[in-house]
Amino acid sequence: MGPYILRRLVSSIPVLFLVTLISFSLMQLVPGDPAILVAGLNATPEEVERVREQLGLNQPFHVQLLSWYANLLRGDLGTSFLLGRDVLEVTIERLPVSISIALYALVLTLLVGILSGVLAALRQNSWVDQAVMTFALIGVSVPNFWLGLMLIVLFAVHLGWLPSGGYVDFRDDLFGWLQATTLPAISLAMLQMGLLARITRSTMLEVLRQDYIRTARAKGLPEHRVVGLHALKNAMIPVVTVIGIIFSLLLSGSVVIETIFSIPGLGSLLGSAILRRDYPVIQGGLLLVATTLLLLNLLVDVLYAYFDPRVRYRDGQ
Amino acid sequence: MANETLRAGTAPRQLATPPVTGPPRARSRWRSPVLRRLLRHKLFVSGSLLFLVVALAALLADVITVVDPLKLSIRDRFEPPGAAWPFGTDNFGRSQWSRVIYGARLSLLIGLGVVSLNAVFGTLLGALAGYFRRLDNPLMRIADAFMAFPVILLAIGITAALGPGSVNAVIALAAVYTPRTARIVRASVLVVREMEYVEAARAMGAGHFRILRYHILPNCMAPLIVQLTFIFAYAVLSEAVLSFLGLGAQPPTPTWGNIIAEGRQYIREAPWITVIPGLALAITVLGLNLLGDGLRDVLDPRLKVQQ
Repeated sequence: MGPYILRRLVSSIPVLFLVTLISFSLMQLVPGDPAILVAGLNATPEEVERVREQLGLNQPFHVQLLSWYANLLRGDLGTSFLLGRDVLEVTIERLPVSISIALYALVLTLLVGILSGVLAALRQNSWVDQAVMTFALIGVSVPNFWLGLMLIVLFAVHLGWLPSGGYVDFRDDLFGWLQATTLPAISLAMLQMGLLARITRSTMLEVLRQDYIRTARAKGLPEHRVVGLHALKNAMIPVVTVIGIIFSLLLSGSVVIETIFSIPGLGSLLGSAILRRDYPVIQGGLLLVATTLLLLNLLVDVLYAYFDPRVRYRDGQ
Repeated sequence: MANETLRAGTAPRQLATPPVTGPPRARSRWRSPVLRRLLRHKLFVSGSLLFLVVALAALLADVITVVDPLKLSIRDRFEPPGAAWPFGTDNFGRSQWSRVIYGARLSLLIGLGVVSLNAVFGTLLGALAGYFRRLDNPLMRIADAFMAFPVILLAIGITAALGPGSVNAVIALAAVYTPRTARIVRASVLVVREMEYVEAARAMGAGHFRILRYHILPNCMAPLIVQLTFIFAYAVLSEAVLSFLGLGAQPPTPTWGNIIAEGRQYIREAPWITVIPGLALAITVLGLNLLGDGLRDVLDPRLKVQQ
């Protein structure tokens, strides 16, 4: 196990390096003079010059790159143009909000996705199967930001059951948090539920055709044990591998969803940074999310290797 | 929106699409049975019909709309859908029918742009990585780095840097999806490369280019076509997200995303402004998803779970 973890850690270093390089290069893509954009169109030439100096834009490319890495190693992602605060501080302070909603959506996704996928597989070609598959297909086709708006119209405006936006910290008021985050979590989770239901159904169908399932049935095990113990456990392997990806999609969906529900998370921070061209925040936010997800995928891989020793040996070759 | 990573991402190795292999010559004989099987595939047919409706509306936008989508008519603000205004009017009294139809044109054009760039660069990079062992590792590490960013976030970052607009949205989305397509092509090339007919071609003195062009790539087409269909769907969805956030084509040019963004403030009084473009978006994506599923079932039968 040790060598495997080490190998995975080492192999993720070049990727991490490239991720930081891509984040840096984003700023270089900005056409024209970013200093003018930042200082504003009616800034005096002196002001523009000061901004340029402040951002280090007057330095040659390699100096900018080196100082970006030097700052990165010190945990300095720059200063937000707009808020005038440290980017790392601002983003990290908002990360828990986004993660808590993404986790809520993940729980919903896993519950509904796996349950409906298994049900569909067990009742293959029945009306249950067809209903689940239709629902899954609609889930993967409906844009999440539009779904969010429709949920607001239905549940907040017409029925008045849930608030149409805002956020309550889960540490202060768990029930309030649930109320505030249920609609956002559903909008985020819909697409992933559909995907997961389809994956679960197809792997479950495959597993149910295996010899060991026939053996389990032949030796007289009750059906719920065959399904629950033998089939489900094996059908979960591909599901575990996609959990990392599902989480990353849920987290990245938060940009739009948090904007719609006015939730003060990382997503809405990025959303407003985009509108106001606050490049350091965009850059830093992207880097933070990508790094978080890289680490998360590493964790998933290690867990996966722990549960399925074949992975350890295969990757070792 | 960003579900392609589930198909083409790093972790779900068992979802990687194996190529349809077989003798390269068999293609012409295969064509008609494939078409027949596609036409018998109910979901494929319904997906094609849905997509066809949207595509026709986009193509015939000049014919089927009467009112200019940009024409303001202050007296007709917030008219609900009815005989005079099929999809109602918005806060400026513009015809929603015209705006949604012209939005379809832009959405499909952007989708096509992303798909074409993807097909070219994805195939090129995937073929290079799969065929030349030396290039494999560096190219795939770069792909990994791009794929470490969630699709929509990287697309947002690139369009935010390049500046808003539909051309930049196409560039951003193509940049985001290309590594994913390249991975799929590479996986197919890796398998086909080991086929005996490739070895035979090599033994007869065929050069690298000839082997790739005539022996390997034609046999990697099935997974690529399936992938590109899904990319089309995701590109349309992602473009809507970008223009919803104000990063796509700028108003007054109508796109489904910016119509929804503008209609958002009037969602209580005039819900049709937001509901209709969203439905159009969902229908397009649903059609493309069904098309992709059908193509995958028929072209790539190994992926299909036996019914």
